[in-house]
Amino acid sequence: MAMTMHVDIVSAEEEIFSGTATFLVAPAQMGEVGIAPRHTPLLSPLKPGEVKVTSQDGEEQFVFVSGGMLEVQPHVVTILADTAVRAKDLDEASAIQAKERAEDALKDKASEVDYAKAQAELAEAVAQLHTIQKMKKRMGGGS
Amino acid sequence: MAGAKEIRAQIKSIQNTKKITKAMEMVAASKMRKAQDRMAATKPYAQKMRSVIGHVANSHPEYKHPFLQEREVKRVGFITVSTDRGLCGGLNVNLFRKLVAELRAQDAKGVEIDHCVIGNKGQGFVQRLGGNIVSSITHMGDAPRLEEMIGTIKVMLDAFYEGKIDALYLAGNEFVNSMTQQPEVIQLLPVQPIEESETAHHWDYIYEPEAKDVLDGLMMRYIESQVYQAVVENVACEMSARMVAMKAASDNAGELIGELQLVYNKARQAAITQELSEIVAGAAAV
Repeated sequence: MAMTMHVDIVSAEEEIFSGTATFLVAPAQMGEVGIAPRHTPLLSPLKPGEVKVTSQDGEEQFVFVSGGMLEVQPHVVTILADTAVRAKDLDEASAIQAKERAEDALKDKASEVDYAKAQAELAEAVAQLHTIQKMKKRMGGGS
Repeated sequence: MAGAKEIRAQIKSIQNTKKITKAMEMVAASKMRKAQDRMAATKPYAQKMRSVIGHVANSHPEYKHPFLQEREVKRVGFITVSTDRGLCGGLNVNLFRKLVAELRAQDAKGVEIDHCVIGNKGQGFVQRLGGNIVSSITHMGDAPRLEEMIGTIKVMLDAFYEGKIDALYLAGNEFVNSMTQQPEVIQLLPVQPIEESETAHHWDYIYEPEAKDVLDGLMMRYIESQVYQAVVENVACEMSARMVAMKAASDNAGELIGELQLVYNKARQAAITQELSEIVAGAAAV
């Protein structure tokens, strides 16, 4: 019987794959790596790509990961998959957004009250506009 | 005693309220189940992450990650996880009470505080408190995604890297069971030393490309997964708290209706009796 290892692919949101395998190919940062059972312990980030898992009966299974971490121990392989494509500037952009949201929230202290007030003012303005348009029409018809 | 008609109107209005609370209860119950499943699904990732980090931290003495180093605390960050909506009993109130106690304790030590808020209620509360909010995210819905939170958390992690804050805490609700939720404040950074069971033989990973890069990525994901887990757990707490609160409201409405029904019957009876006696008296007068 061929030697096997246990493979777990998990993301922060769910468990993606769990089972035994005889061989695994993963897109590590420095290039694709093939992992057979009793591989020496290895830790590496993954690039977005496909993970190929070969099970005992030779069946191949593909799992797409958008990056993450690969942890290898002699009989256990764990892939901590990311849920989204990560890039430094992408993260930066969303951090800036989070800051802006906080600043916005601080700026309008009574935002909910203001919202109601603004709505009332808007309704008034719309009503005024309606009246003006009506008056214009009437004047236009009269002349 | 109020007239029969008014009482009837009141019963009607309470019945309508009861319908709403009953519906909310059932919606919360079904959402709770889903939220609990989601909560369970996040567990393996965090556990795996923890065991890997525990190993790396213990077996790799030549590079000590900043997240693992204790330093003098002058300014701390608090990530507060709260709900977006109300009507969930004392869930948020209990959490805020715990948070305020924690903030006071920090304040007494002369430590300044930066806030990161997740959820509408928390944002409102910290604002009223006059806290310094540096990042926030609200309205993530019932199925929050890690992707949405990355930026919010990164602000705090960057602050820690740059030395703006010296410790990071996470305040959220712990889901004990569907009837009990426990507010808790835990320390995220610096990461508490993780104990390793097998210290007998030493072995180490091969790091590709380098231990430092690998650890950086790992640490960031670890904190993110902790916060994500807290958020998902909080959703489960929110739903179960709402379910309990709405059940209490429906029961109360039922009681009120019962009492009012009694009063209504009495009033109706009194009116009939009065009418009868008037007729009898009229007949006697003729």
